[in-house]
Amino acid sequence: MHTSPAATDDHEAHDNPALLHHFATAEQQKDAASLGMWVFLVTEVMFFGGMFCAYLVYRYWYFGDFGAASSSLNLTLGTANTVVLICSSLTVAMAVRCAQVAKQKAIVVYLLLTIVLGLAFLGVKAKEYKDKFDENHVPGQASFHLDGSIPRHPDIAVNQRHAQIYFSLYFAMTGMHALHMIIGVGLFVFLTYRASKGAYGPGYYTPLENAGLYWHFVDIVWIYLFPLLYLIDRHP
Amino acid sequence: MSEHISSVTLYVSIWLALLLGTGLTVFAATLDLGPFNAVVALAIATTKAVLVVLFFMHVKYTHEKLTKMVIVTAIFFFLILVALSMADYATRLWT
Repeated sequence: MHTSPAATDDHEAHDNPALLHHFATAEQQKDAASLGMWVFLVTEVMFFGGMFCAYLVYRYWYFGDFGAASSSLNLTLGTANTVVLICSSLTVAMAVRCAQVAKQKAIVVYLLLTIVLGLAFLGVKAKEYKDKFDENHVPGQASFHLDGSIPRHPDIAVNQRHAQIYFSLYFAMTGMHALHMIIGVGLFVFLTYRASKGAYGPGYYTPLENAGLYWHFVDIVWIYLFPLLYLIDRHP
Repeated sequence: MSEHISSVTLYVSIWLALLLGTGLTVFAATLDLGPFNAVVALAIATTKAVLVVLFFMHVKYTHEKLTKMVIVTAIFFFLILVALSMADYATRLWT
């Protein structure tokens, strides 16, 4: 973070070394970075939006088969993972707050907690994937088979092709979500290293804030994935 | 920097509300509400998402109005995607 000689006329440049010369104020610089991050998140909304739209179309067409396939997921692990992710969103929010109030050591602690929670989520997800492989619920496998019948219609067996479409969407959506989690954990490892060097404080914490926005967005994607994938047709 | 700093109490309250919403949506899934199961699940999910966006993502306190416009644009275009797609796929069997 350098300041060009021209910017030293600006009085703010004296007390904030993070302020780049092409911004009038630190506030303007932070707003620009934040807006850029939000525009990136819009592209992410459209990216996941395509998959959500595909899900809605097939849920409408293969209503009962999706219900049967959804009930084969492990609800306990799914709920636990939702709780883990919500907790990690709190720890990220707290890490950003610690930067705002100049608690340098607490930033590192909260970021490490976030990394641990993120890895816990990925570990549980890996266990769920392994169970799906063990149960032959992976689409495209010759051995694919989903036992049972359509919810509330014990006489109608599950259509195996339709159930495979559910699991294709399940693996695509949770897989892309997990990839985002892996990238997020990578970002936080880097930010933890930088924070441990005292890089972030009240005058400059934009990377922390923007990584936080990314992490909260990934949390929101899961907030929708959880009821749509795990909770349909669970009632008797 | 005239940045708004939220209190720890607020963050913890939002966290508790999100956990409550998670419990509520799991409970609601065990009830037979007919077509309203999906409505209730999506309503709870949207409430949770709004809490995250407003408080964890600081949108409630941002002075940059463009941020709000960008978010509304994203929602608007996603709804166009869903509405026009479903207008096709959901009506193909109509006679």
